[in-house]
Amino acid sequence: MANVPKDLKYTREHEWARQEGERVRVGITAYAQEQLGDVVFVELPKVGAKVTAAKNFGVVESVKAVSDLFAPISGEVVEVNGELGQKPETVNQDPYGKGWMLVVKPSSKAEWDHLLTAQQYEELIAQGGH
Amino acid sequence: MSTPLKRTPLYAEHVAAGARMVPFGGWEMPVQYTGIIEEHRATRGAVGLFDVSHMGEFEVEGPGALAALQHLTTNDAAALEVGQIQYSVLCYPNGTIVDDLTVYRMGDTRYMITVNAGNIDKDWAHVTTSTAHIKDARWRNASEGTGLIAVQGPKAEALVGRLAECDVTAIGYYRFARGNVGEVPTVISRTGYTGEDGFELYAPADGTAQLWKALRAAGRADGVTPVGLGARDTLRLEMKYALYGNDIDDTTNALEAGLGWVVKPAKGEFIGREALEKVRAEGVRRRLVGIEMVEKAVARHGYPVRKDGRPVGIVTSGSYGPSVDKYIGIAYVETALAAIGSAVEIEIRGQGKGAQVARTPFYPPKVKKAG
Repeated sequence: MANVPKDLKYTREHEWARQEGERVRVGITAYAQEQLGDVVFVELPKVGAKVTAAKNFGVVESVKAVSDLFAPISGEVVEVNGELGQKPETVNQDPYGKGWMLVVKPSSKAEWDHLLTAQQYEELIAQGGH
Repeated sequence: MSTPLKRTPLYAEHVAAGARMVPFGGWEMPVQYTGIIEEHRATRGAVGLFDVSHMGEFEVEGPGALAALQHLTTNDAAALEVGQIQYSVLCYPNGTIVDDLTVYRMGDTRYMITVNAGNIDKDWAHVTTSTAHIKDARWRNASEGTGLIAVQGPKAEALVGRLAECDVTAIGYYRFARGNVGEVPTVISRTGYTGEDGFELYAPADGTAQLWKALRAAGRADGVTPVGLGARDTLRLEMKYALYGNDIDDTTNALEAGLGWVVKPAKGEFIGREALEKVRAEGVRRRLVGIEMVEKAVARHGYPVRKDGRPVGIVTSGSYGPSVDKYIGIAYVETALAAIGSAVEIEIRGQGKGAQVARTPFYPPKVKKAG
């Protein structure tokens, strides 16, 4: 069973979100990187860009496939993990740590409550991830 | 897709090894065991084992067998000695491609051809109906009863040599011998789809699992690794070997696909000869070339190729090349833009990303050329 940290929230599309004060850090889950296989390219928005909950904010590519990334919450991008440009494999090696993708300053607090809890996300992946 | 997926004789081995199984050309095949890049590197650095039992094998036998092959294939099968293998192409009358294949001369009047898994039914219909007028050529579809394991990499010769009864070092590139390997009767073929030295071992379907286990056990010290279709694809991409259904198909002709080296009109009549002669005389309008991304992005099958915004071609294969550490691909581009270094853009999610035509193979081949 893939690692699903209890202190994070999740999307149905396999992104995680971590509350860090007023900001939210975003990445993809251990389950997602396992399913993707070797990540070879990550395309992320620039600092200052706006992202919208449940809308595409970027792309992650494995050797075999291209997958869209979906924002857990709406807001402004305040940090982007530039390291992933040179070392996309970090997403496989440390999905909840050094493999983070964005930090967002949320525009709405209500959206946070719509995200899946760790338990709900575990149930989702137990059913095959869809 | 309502037809159930077919399984090779090694299905249980793959599942036991923890492979991720995916549908491919009507078969349930391992795409990876531990990871595509790791398996790719293990093949280039040591030795990889590939289950390619899904591929098709047809035999043709009799005094008319050579005439049948000469009529069907673009290369000159008359040049084959017994024990020799030839890469070749099956074309339609308009010069587009039914399949690419290897032709084995098994005996004086006996040949085997190896075809792509997804094309077995189509190819069987094509070869038998197209040669129905040729006397004394009996076809047999041996695909179901034949397993095939590719052993590829710098340690492949030592590994196969340890298990084989015969001296495999004496088998030259595109030559084969018959002999037991791990006590399984095999055709030991010095061929492959990776650019590495190595063999493809044809075995009876009911002996293929025994052969696989013997290779894994005997290769442990060599770092032998089972390799899935994912790394098979990146390995062949680094060599710019065409993949049917991606780079070549019934809409591409053999000359624009860069397969002119196996199109031999001087041998006499064959299906597609007239059309290909015309293409050769007029010159190809587009060419299959290697591309290398200049801007960071991954080209994929189906992405448009542009030059100053104008459509000039299409990507047929693309990924990350682990051994060259670049984003590479294969594409058809207009002939005028096909020179090495020619700058183009690949349209990726609506944006043009810089790329250039690259020298191929992307990675230097290590195949054993002598012999």
